[in-house]
Amino acid sequence: MSSVKIRGLTKTYMRGSERLDVLNNLDLDVKGGDFVALMGPSGSGKTTLLNLIGGIDRPNSGSIFVDNQRIDQLSDRQLAHWRSRNVGFIFQMFNLLPVLSAERNVELPLLLTNMAAAERRSRARTALSLVGLDDRASHKPAELSGGQEQRVGIARAIVTDPGLLLCDEPTGDLDRKAGDEILELLVALNQSQGKTIIMVTHDPHAAERAQRTVHLDKGRLEMDAAA
Amino acid sequence: MSVLRSLNQVAAVTWMNLRNVPARPSSSIVAMLGIAGVVAVLVAILSISAGFKKTLSGTGSADTAIVLRAGSSSELSSGISAEDARIISQAPGIAQGADGPLTSSELYVVVDVPKRTTNTDANVPLRGVQETAFEVRQSLSIVEGRRFESGLREIIVGQAASRQFAGLDVGADLQWGNNEWTVVGVFEDDGSLSESEIWTDTRVLQNAYNRGSSFQTVRARLADIDAFQTFKDALTADSRLDVTVEREADFYSGQSRVLTAIINSVGVAVTGLMGIGAIFAAILTMYAAVSARTREIATLRALGFGRIPIVVSVLIEALVLGVIGGIIGGVVAYYGFNGFQTSTLNWASFSQVSFAFAVTLPLLITGLIYALIMGLFGGLLPSVRAARMPITVALREL
Repeated sequence: MSSVKIRGLTKTYMRGSERLDVLNNLDLDVKGGDFVALMGPSGSGKTTLLNLIGGIDRPNSGSIFVDNQRIDQLSDRQLAHWRSRNVGFIFQMFNLLPVLSAERNVELPLLLTNMAAAERRSRARTALSLVGLDDRASHKPAELSGGQEQRVGIARAIVTDPGLLLCDEPTGDLDRKAGDEILELLVALNQSQGKTIIMVTHDPHAAERAQRTVHLDKGRLEMDAAA
Repeated sequence: MSVLRSLNQVAAVTWMNLRNVPARPSSSIVAMLGIAGVVAVLVAILSISAGFKKTLSGTGSADTAIVLRAGSSSELSSGISAEDARIISQAPGIAQGADGPLTSSELYVVVDVPKRTTNTDANVPLRGVQETAFEVRQSLSIVEGRRFESGLREIIVGQAASRQFAGLDVGADLQWGNNEWTVVGVFEDDGSLSESEIWTDTRVLQNAYNRGSSFQTVRARLADIDAFQTFKDALTADSRLDVTVEREADFYSGQSRVLTAIINSVGVAVTGLMGIGAIFAAILTMYAAVSARTREIATLRALGFGRIPIVVSVLIEALVLGVIGGIIGGVVAYYGFNGFQTSTLNWASFSQVSFAFAVTLPLLITGLIYALIMGLFGGLLPSVRAARMPITVALREL
């Protein structure tokens, strides 16, 4: 259960000589155990905000605290280590490694721990069974449906038991039925395991499943509504 | 434990990378074959000098001494009078045979014999030896026909010369200058330089070439290896003589120096240029490999994998391509060139030396190391690019 506190966050990109203010002096608080949907038009800065919270991008100014730890000042090495312990990423395109089986994909984050191989396998199996895919452990991503691939992606995100799950359009590449199943799974993880979830989405139907929806526009917080 | 974690990361990413290689067969094969080609050429060229060196250094033993006129670096430019030869044969340290000291006073001329392959004339050494020569060089044996008879214009031919040059078959008559010679035998001498020579009775050769009673060198079989210094000291201290004394083995390995240096520098220059080409092929392959995996690498980085395991794993992949290319090149060089018979001009004696390309283990190891260097340089830039890619940008790549 991780809390997020953001103060005065600014992120600027240069496109040629043109300066793009993607996030502009943004403040945001997410309580531990929240399920927050980040919505907004394309280019509003949703994904950038998610990347900054996840420590895979750096702000120009402002501060980001996750569980009271300030992460924007960590070195690259410290950030990588922090990510491996505290955050689970769930991607729109699943980003599974095609040459590895589902189980091996889920096991990947555990390679960053000192866990023994047998323990890693057992944890990966447990994570796969939590997402209902224990019978697909040996399948390669190409042998799975889109919904199943995203389940493997979720299993990979939770296998290290992080407090924070960051989802970038997790249902964007799925049909409605498969998308609903993924959302069910996220809600379950939020409610039964207390995972804090921040989910970028375009889809109001997906956002409805969150406890709170935050709207971004032009790098600013436009609306913050509880469900 | 963090070392273990890093190794785990490297192993996992490398394993993935290698599993991906078959997905890009053509570019991987091009890189491997590029490296294989360079290694094959490198090993083949170096095997020429190795073979040449092997022939020359296999010639002469440590317990045989050669005596030349002081300052002469080759038999052709040396000269020893009959009197000097007699004094030399009485020096201490020489092994004794049934008929006295084991020395052979020898004459060395060059005759024209056509090559079998091109039918063009080449210089072949014709050596006049005394009967004791067969005791001085105990490794020599007749494999066909018989020895020459003293006083007759009969010759025996080294096995390598007989293979390389036309008309040297047993029973053949040959005309050199105004003299006719008959081939009566073929000898072998453990693949040494002698096998590139033709031998006859030294007195007959002196007459045929109007050399009076002079010789060019004296070979002496030493009582034992350690007797060399005694023998050398006795000759150099003798005021009647002005000679250079060397162990036969040292003399021949000195003779191979010029040619092996030339061949080696040509080999290094040619394969150096080819190597640059192969490195570019490897670089392009690895860039393609890295760019095909941009999103995978970014995903790993997002999960918390460090830059170093990514760099190391890309390098290992390039090294694996290099090793496979190196092995293919080594195998091609070995089966294509090892033992290939040829002859070339020995610059030290201005006569042909027949020898076989020698693809030796050290050469194969050299080829493999070169392949690894090509792989390493091929993988370096792509691996750095892979590690430096911003995660957020790379995650959006398709």
